[in-house]
Amino acid sequence: MTAQTTNPPATPANPAVRQRLPFSPWSAVAIVVALTLALPILVIFGHVFIPAGEVWTHLRETVLADYVVNSLALLIGVGIGVLVIGVPVAWLVSVCEFPGRSIFQWALMLPLAMPAYIIAYTYTGMLDFSGPVQSLIRELTGLGYGEYYFPEIRSLGGAMAMLTLVLYPYVYLLSRAAFLEQSVCVLEVSRTLGAGPFGGFRRVALPLARPAIIAGLTLALMEVLADYGTVAYFGVSTFTTGIFRTWYALGDPAAAAQLAAVLLTFVFVLIVLERWSRAKARFHHTSRRYSTLPRYQLRGWKATAAFLGCLFPVLLGFLLPALQLGLWTVQTTEQWMNPAFGRLVFNSFWLAIAAAVIAVVLALVLAYARRMEGGRFTAAAVRVAGMGYAVPGIVIAIGVMIPFAAFDNALDGFMRDTFGVSTGLLLSGTLFALLFAYAVRFLAVSLQTVEAGLGKIQPSMDDAARSLGMRPLQTLTRVHLPIMRGTLLTALLLVFVDVLKELPATLILRPFDFNTLAVRAFELASDERLAESSSAALAIVLVGLVPVILLSVTIGRSRPGQQGPTRAADEESPQKPLAMPAGTTNTP
Amino acid sequence: MTQPIETTLQVPHTPLIALDRVDIGYDGTAVVHQVSLALPKGQIGCLLGPSGCGKTTLLRAIAGFEPLMAGSIQLDGRSVSDARSTIPPEKRGVGMVFQDFALFPHLSVADNIGFGIRHWSRKDRDERIRSLLKLVGLPGYGESYPHALSGGQQQRIALARALAPRPKLLLLDEPFSSMDVELRSELAREVRRILRAENTTAILVTHDQNEAFAFADRIAVIHQGRVAQWDTAYNLYHRPADRFVADFVGEGTLIPGMVCAEHVVDTAFGQIEGTLSEQLPPGTAVDVLVRPDDIAIDNEAGTIRTEILDKAFRGADFLYTLRLPDGLSVLCMAPSHDNFVIGEHVRLRLDFTHLVVFSRGSGVDCPAS
Amino acid sequence: MNFRPFAWLIATAAAIAVSMPLVGCSPADQDEVNLYSARQENLIKPLLDDFTDQTGIPVNLVTGGADSLLQRLRHEGRNSPADLFITVDAARLHQASEAGVLQAVESDVLRENIPERYRDPDGQWFGLSSRARPILYHKDRVDPAELSTYEALTDAQWEGRICIRSSSNVYNQSLVAAMIATEGAEAAQDWAAGIVANMARQPQGGDRDQIRAVADGVCDVAIANTYYLGLMLDGEGRDREVAGQIGVFWPNQDGRGTHVNISGAGVTAHAPNRDNAIRLLEFLSSTEAQEWYAEVNQEYPIRDDVPASDILQSFGEFQSDDIELYRLGNHNAEAVRIMDRVRWR
Repeated sequence: MTAQTTNPPATPANPAVRQRLPFSPWSAVAIVVALTLALPILVIFGHVFIPAGEVWTHLRETVLADYVVNSLALLIGVGIGVLVIGVPVAWLVSVCEFPGRSIFQWALMLPLAMPAYIIAYTYTGMLDFSGPVQSLIRELTGLGYGEYYFPEIRSLGGAMAMLTLVLYPYVYLLSRAAFLEQSVCVLEVSRTLGAGPFGGFRRVALPLARPAIIAGLTLALMEVLADYGTVAYFGVSTFTTGIFRTWYALGDPAAAAQLAAVLLTFVFVLIVLERWSRAKARFHHTSRRYSTLPRYQLRGWKATAAFLGCLFPVLLGFLLPALQLGLWTVQTTEQWMNPAFGRLVFNSFWLAIAAAVIAVVLALVLAYARRMEGGRFTAAAVRVAGMGYAVPGIVIAIGVMIPFAAFDNALDGFMRDTFGVSTGLLLSGTLFALLFAYAVRFLAVSLQTVEAGLGKIQPSMDDAARSLGMRPLQTLTRVHLPIMRGTLLTALLLVFVDVLKELPATLILRPFDFNTLAVRAFELASDERLAESSSAALAIVLVGLVPVILLSVTIGRSRPGQQGPTRAADEESPQKPLAMPAGTTNTP
Repeated sequence: MTQPIETTLQVPHTPLIALDRVDIGYDGTAVVHQVSLALPKGQIGCLLGPSGCGKTTLLRAIAGFEPLMAGSIQLDGRSVSDARSTIPPEKRGVGMVFQDFALFPHLSVADNIGFGIRHWSRKDRDERIRSLLKLVGLPGYGESYPHALSGGQQQRIALARALAPRPKLLLLDEPFSSMDVELRSELAREVRRILRAENTTAILVTHDQNEAFAFADRIAVIHQGRVAQWDTAYNLYHRPADRFVADFVGEGTLIPGMVCAEHVVDTAFGQIEGTLSEQLPPGTAVDVLVRPDDIAIDNEAGTIRTEILDKAFRGADFLYTLRLPDGLSVLCMAPSHDNFVIGEHVRLRLDFTHLVVFSRGSGVDCPAS
Repeated sequence: MNFRPFAWLIATAAAIAVSMPLVGCSPADQDEVNLYSARQENLIKPLLDDFTDQTGIPVNLVTGGADSLLQRLRHEGRNSPADLFITVDAARLHQASEAGVLQAVESDVLRENIPERYRDPDGQWFGLSSRARPILYHKDRVDPAELSTYEALTDAQWEGRICIRSSSNVYNQSLVAAMIATEGAEAAQDWAAGIVANMARQPQGGDRDQIRAVADGVCDVAIANTYYLGLMLDGEGRDREVAGQIGVFWPNQDGRGTHVNISGAGVTAHAPNRDNAIRLLEFLSSTEAQEWYAEVNQEYPIRDDVPASDILQSFGEFQSDDIELYRLGNHNAEAVRIMDRVRWR
């Protein structure tokens, strides 16, 4: 009747027993990967400690305030813009039914394929004072310069509009996925508690999707901070243009690095805010019951409003500029009707695929290590590695170039001294260096997506797989990856499209005779030959279109319960659309 | 009722699972203290306790998900965890059924069940899957996907999946908690039948004593990270080791009293006789545990006048709350045909065979409720 | 369970990682020449192809911003594969030679083809074409008699009538640097402040945009490079029509002359194919190549014996400033600061 029984003598320690290490292999790998990827950023930061007092004084007295004000204004303006566009349209196409919905659900992603600097060139061509729109106005009205009001496209407001138009898909994409994945139960519960469809949106769907919305917003804002092409063309002085100018024109890398450091604090604040918002709302889905989401049928003016609301972003962010590019392309056949252009497409395509695969594999390693052992050091290293997204490509390019060249030359020196052979440049000026830069720059994209996907898998899945004899790596490959198929594809495609558009790092790090569509489009456009650049720009858009559409299809199917071959036998699933309560008619 | 229980408590020489003075915790703070348990092959054990008592942590340590701070765990005669090392879960041969089942949504039912036996030959695997589906009463569901199943069905598939590799030990983490009450007891009996059929040793974690009673051969009551008692259900009920167990397991009331003689305690009922659970010298102030079945309403032979304060109809019986003359309340079970009204005065007869007494102040850590 | 994405991903990544360095390495073939060019591909590739046709020496090309390429050259150091570095302005050539990434070249051909003032005294770099940055005006709205010097544009009569691009542009930086070199920093700053005060709008767009703005009435005068106007006149459609309304005024003809900049090239300090690089340089200074610059790019040939294009000749003869070009590089940072101080965006 004692509460404790005597114990049998312990058998000798089994050789299969795993000794506990200070770091598990996973976190060790993760830390090495993260630090390697953080190297370029650390190199840039290294310049911070070189004194640059005098130039810094000059900056503070003259242009620094402009940089801060403009960068902040861009962040706020674009942030509001992408939210106002991205979230409502995501909700409309996810849970409402209206004419054109099935097309909009993928068409709304199209602007993702449009590089910001291309859309800026295109709209400038259309809307600036000399463009066809204003010329037409002058012809029709007979008014001259200054006699009528027309918004200046090359301005801070114009930059906000351009960036909003191409960046809202990030918010759209992630919040749509979140809306689709929400259990129908929570939405139904909200209705039983008296919330109408819009009340349910505001009080249930929106808060539940908040982590995804914020993740999308963070990506968009990091792109804003890193943007160079648009703001430089529009003559808006931001941190990015300031870094360029300070580094090259003022010839002061230290001061430029210090500006970059200020930029990175912006990024850091963004990341902390994102983490904070996510930590406060770490939802695993509580209900295991999913069924086809019934859509609210919209009728009358509501349907029209929904249609127009979805049409405008697509029209302005994609159709109009693409149409303009198409017109120019037709006018400049000599630019693209040749085999060299085919090679550009080929180069861009494979480079983007390779970079996407690398970025996703690295993101998986990092995110999974963090899931397995949430060590603080691992977490910090992962965060630093993910900061590259907001760093302008040219800064990363320099951050890659310096250590790679130093390594090459050190190795070469060693080999010459010891063996009398020269190894030359092994890494510098190779595609490896370029792909490394892409990984640094775009890791945040794949990392955000992969982490969000992993976070949605209940921890008990890991435990279940382990208790059924799976090692951690097997658990990843046999449980997580198949469940995250859609997420992985999303991450791959996002990086793919980003690399396709990437310019500054490609320009400076590429090997001899290696051109991409982005390089071609930029060289011509920056020489103010918009029409000639249009074919390359259009090709970027078209190549980027394929993954964007694929992506849409995948997300549409990602709703649990929507792809299984069998239906619930003992649960009835609501099939017919719910009626709008506000007196609209119900259709089966 | 009076049969000697002790004989069934004898443990075979080598238990299948044995925990020896196990401490588990995070950041140097133990949440599980000095736990020692042993369970022979083929038996079903249970970790019972209120939420937050550390029972799930203990279960996860047995599975290999949590490292030990001190002590050791032996599985089938082999050390699997100690303070320095932990055999990872996948190398232990321990099956687990999770509270949320954790069925893999991307796999069919058959693939879920076959997940842990993928290295078997195809023929053996298919055979095993088929027989398990039959065992859990869901033949023909192999091609279904988890989301198409009801909660109870998912539960059985989760069980089948855990059983498939013929684990030495099966762990169940509150597997019935998301079921409704009727389904719960039915499933508990069902699962017990299945475990018996497979001759599986199992440990269940639950906060529901009825589940524990229906399911387990032996039950460990866990309180604040310690084992309060590791015993059969009968003994937990009738011979609780401390006030916490007395309070947590079963219904009952502790009424104050004074030891008069070796087998006599003086209480508000008057002097009651019976074997004391603890040898205490006369004059010791004690609390006596009164279970609802220790007293009976008997208006003919009863000697103690009480008033009915409240009653709860439970189908086969009533549970009455009675007030003694000095104001103390006790619970009393009566057959359901004895239907009294609230406020009515009835007489009580005492039916003690042994007396569970706790020296006053000896169990201060027991929260009264 | 056919889906093994991880294995697939790893395999692809590994294959790419292994094959990349191979793809990236320039061929070991020694008979070639490697070019880092700030001049865009389509503005130089035809010439390079001609060179390869004539000599059989293949040319490998990387284009990019001059600053970035210079950075790359510096960090690659003695192992840099680059043989020749081409820029489109004098300041960067000077910066490259200051950074020690160029080497002195002795070549009679080059000495003969390129006038002394368009090459580095030590032979570290050589000009290959030149472009002027005059005042462009609207033929109907501006009487050329009103125009005289760059300095005169700061007069009150030009308030709200001037278009000029951003101070981030190196041609503007060089323009101010030239002014610092000849008139001193103070005068240069006064001038920049005066220009900012007279701007019709905040600087935006490139030189062509300034020309279009003049044609469309946003402003009356602009400061822009000659070849942009030349290319517009040589083009078709609206740009040609726009350019037809623009006149060229050569400022400061009675003083220091109109500001001129060059494009040029230098052989890198560690050029692995030094001889080929010199041959390419000599080719770029040849009559044939110079004519190509003149006709296709509307730039002024660097050689006195090669005529400018008809379009450029229609702009008239002019007196160019004669400051040593390297001084543009010396004063570049100062010029940027001045423009920062007067809030020239």
